[in-house]
Amino acid sequence: MRLPSRIRPPRLTLARSLGFVLLAAVVLALVSEALSSYNDLQLANGAYYFAVLAGLTLLTGLSGQISLGHGALMAVGAYTVALLIGNEHWPVLPALIAAVLTSAVVGVLVGAAATRLRGPYLAGVTLAFAVGLPALAGKYPSTFGGANGLVINPPTSPSWLGQSFPLERWEAWIACAGALVVLFAIYNLVHSAVGRSLQAVRDDEIAASLCGLRVARLQTLAFVVSAACAGLAGGLLTLVLQLAAPGAFTLGLSLALLTGVVLGGLGSILGAIWGAALLVLLPIWSNDIAHAFSFSTNVTNNLPLAIYGLVLILAMLLWPSGLQGALGLLGLRVSTSLKNRASTRYPVGGAGQERAAARRGGASPPQGREEEEVR
Amino acid sequence: MLEIEALTTDYGPVRAIDGVTLSVDRGSITAVLGANGAGKTTLLRTISGLERPTGGRVLMDGEDIAGEHVEDIARRGLAHVPEGRGVIVELSVEENLRLGGLWRGRDAAKTAEIYELFPALAQRRSEPAASLSGGERQMLSIGRALMARPRVLLLDEPSLGLAPMVSTRIMRLVRGLALGRDLAVLLVEQNARSALSVADRGVVLNVGHVVADGSARELAADDGLARAYLGL
Amino acid sequence: MDWHAPTWGSEGVTKFIDLTLNGISTGAVYAAVALALVLIWRATRIVNFAQGAMFMFTTFIASAVIDSGGSYWLGFAVALACGFVLGALVERIVIRRVEGGPPLNAVIVALGLLILLEAIAGMIWGNTPRSFPPAFSIRGYEIGGTRVLFAPNDTFTVLVVIGTALALRALFQRTKLGLQMRAAAFQPEVARMLGVRVGRMLTLGWALAALVGSLAGVLIAPSVFVGPNQFDPLLVFGFTAAIIGGLDRPEGAAVGGVLLGLVLSYVSGYEGASLVTLAALVLLVVVLMIRPGGLFSSTRERQV
Repeated sequence: MRLPSRIRPPRLTLARSLGFVLLAAVVLALVSEALSSYNDLQLANGAYYFAVLAGLTLLTGLSGQISLGHGALMAVGAYTVALLIGNEHWPVLPALIAAVLTSAVVGVLVGAAATRLRGPYLAGVTLAFAVGLPALAGKYPSTFGGANGLVINPPTSPSWLGQSFPLERWEAWIACAGALVVLFAIYNLVHSAVGRSLQAVRDDEIAASLCGLRVARLQTLAFVVSAACAGLAGGLLTLVLQLAAPGAFTLGLSLALLTGVVLGGLGSILGAIWGAALLVLLPIWSNDIAHAFSFSTNVTNNLPLAIYGLVLILAMLLWPSGLQGALGLLGLRVSTSLKNRASTRYPVGGAGQERAAARRGGASPPQGREEEEVR
Repeated sequence: MLEIEALTTDYGPVRAIDGVTLSVDRGSITAVLGANGAGKTTLLRTISGLERPTGGRVLMDGEDIAGEHVEDIARRGLAHVPEGRGVIVELSVEENLRLGGLWRGRDAAKTAEIYELFPALAQRRSEPAASLSGGERQMLSIGRALMARPRVLLLDEPSLGLAPMVSTRIMRLVRGLALGRDLAVLLVEQNARSALSVADRGVVLNVGHVVADGSARELAADDGLARAYLGL
Repeated sequence: MDWHAPTWGSEGVTKFIDLTLNGISTGAVYAAVALALVLIWRATRIVNFAQGAMFMFTTFIASAVIDSGGSYWLGFAVALACGFVLGALVERIVIRRVEGGPPLNAVIVALGLLILLEAIAGMIWGNTPRSFPPAFSIRGYEIGGTRVLFAPNDTFTVLVVIGTALALRALFQRTKLGLQMRAAAFQPEVARMLGVRVGRMLTLGWALAALVGSLAGVLIAPSVFVGPNQFDPLLVFGFTAAIIGGLDRPEGAAVGGVLLGLVLSYVSGYEGASLVTLAALVLLVVVLMIRPGGLFSSTRERQV
């Protein structure tokens, strides 16, 4: 059911979206000047989170394919950048492009496998991928630096910015530039024929293929695009942290990315922005709360996680459409999403779609869904 | 007996049934007729609790059951044989039948009784219900409903997808059941001729409203009505 | 990549037998976890990512009981009972609200529950892993002079899992309750129309699944130690085993579990423990490419 939105910006053409992005770049640059170094770092973090979340929300929201493995895809980009900059001394931009390409290639492989899989089976494979791929770092410690990972030198800001240009601000600029590239690409992809085709496939594969859409290709494309975004994000992360280590790309990261996408609002670019903000700010806030009281060490150490878990549960129970949906209920949502409802490859309701889902292997939701009455 | 008073059900902004009033006595059949989308299935689903009514009452032997949970209504002795039969294909024929009588416990019918009624099912008792033909599935779902010795029976389009001979046989069977077991039967059918041939009373729905109501004989004889709403 | 061909002297044979037996006993535990996941999937079409955290919690409770003087079997029983109750509570209070909605929401709720339970366990018992006693001796059997890597405790593990699987099968196939639970899982709306209290059946399904999970937790605890995060790999492998077998059939869980256990045991023994997660991924991909619904999936669609 589409929630009514009061404000809808006019659909932006390619040229206008480019203009918007350039404007945003200027605004972000000015904002970064005003922020402290610490906050510039948070801005950088938020920027690369946005990059991966935008791709993930395209994959899961628009294309309806669940992925529990995007942390591993980030790792691919991260290690590519670390190897190219650290060992081969490449400059930043080519290294980032290489990161995008390598993770896109991995995305082709994963995406090709994914076209045959549905729902929990896809989740299982991406989960195994998230856990299995980082094992390579341990198997080849000489190349990948083992558990300690690979260290690179911090990126140096160009001389025309001045000698005293803070490192954190430069990192924020690079990360924001990457985020804006992703924003431009994803926005225009979502609002193109390809974007609409992806949604058509998500909603009813059989009908879509009968209309002539190449289902497998579109699904793989969604994977490749989201993998490229993840790779870019991973590369940006390496630049910001100056480190690529397996400890940064655990299963926990993949799961956190998924929660970010859903909490922010699935399938919408603004949702990806909210999600990125949540992923950066929530740990900080919960840490502050934990240390504000003088609890025992056990409690203080675990309270931030407990808060995070509680937030996830409550958010899903109270606002199933994420922050975007909640804002919509308040009439405040700015709609940037094309979709009518957030659905993964299990259509919610509708006899035709249930039959289609059943044909795909019984992944339809249980019938007889009752109201929220407690029995 | 079953009495429906001014029953109204909405699907969001759409009013599926509006102020429907009818009644069914024990030992009789009332047919609910009308074109596709007239609200016949919604009516049955509201009575059995699958849909929540917006207004009106559903009285079973004097008690208002509107708004109760589906399983509680079923446990009052109301059996609903849904459109598409609702046969659980993963279970065997025997298991489907036993399931129908479980809530009744000791007072439930024995499967032997149902097999006597439907010999074709007896031969397939251990087979998965998925292997049954349409007519056999219809027999299974009716038999399953009878296991709980209901007082009220709702039948949604029993002849759908069945060969005319099979559907006639089922209609006659329903008539026999209504009389022999003192059931109040509410029969939804698109095949108006067939339904009116076994029913005592009839109600015609159009876009959620009752547009005609009377004895089956009167309705069958009314040509204008037949052409307008029943495709006869 | 170095690949050491197994030597086939008597040492090689012993090693192979050891790895096989080890694979069967760890596989039995994966099968139990997979079985719990399959039970919940069949009942409510939700993947319970919080399963590992739930049986971590009940194992902690058992550990607390044993540490404060209770016998092993008392702790064992308490763990199972707590699992049953915890499963019922989780379904009733949390999961009930997201059943039937977008599945991704159920995934997020389960993840939130996982994080919350692990954090609470850390708050109560701390984050340092602690030891847990085995039910029986872990000293391997002596067969013809050599000691195999299979002990009385492993026999217990395998027998208990087999027994549980058989008991569940009997419950589902032969009892009235089992019939109602199956009907509630296959066609909840139709089951309601036949007077089945579907809500209660779903709660019972979760409670049973959590009980089976608790069993798995207690069985594996001696080898992995008890800590808030110690059971995470078990969830990943249990889920992998469930997928390999196909989420709709309990037999699949059993076969998937043992298969995974064997493959991981061989890889760990011949290639090293660091490749174990990669091996799981490869096995999973191979199986799913051949049968996208898991080994025991049927191609028959569900008809309404």
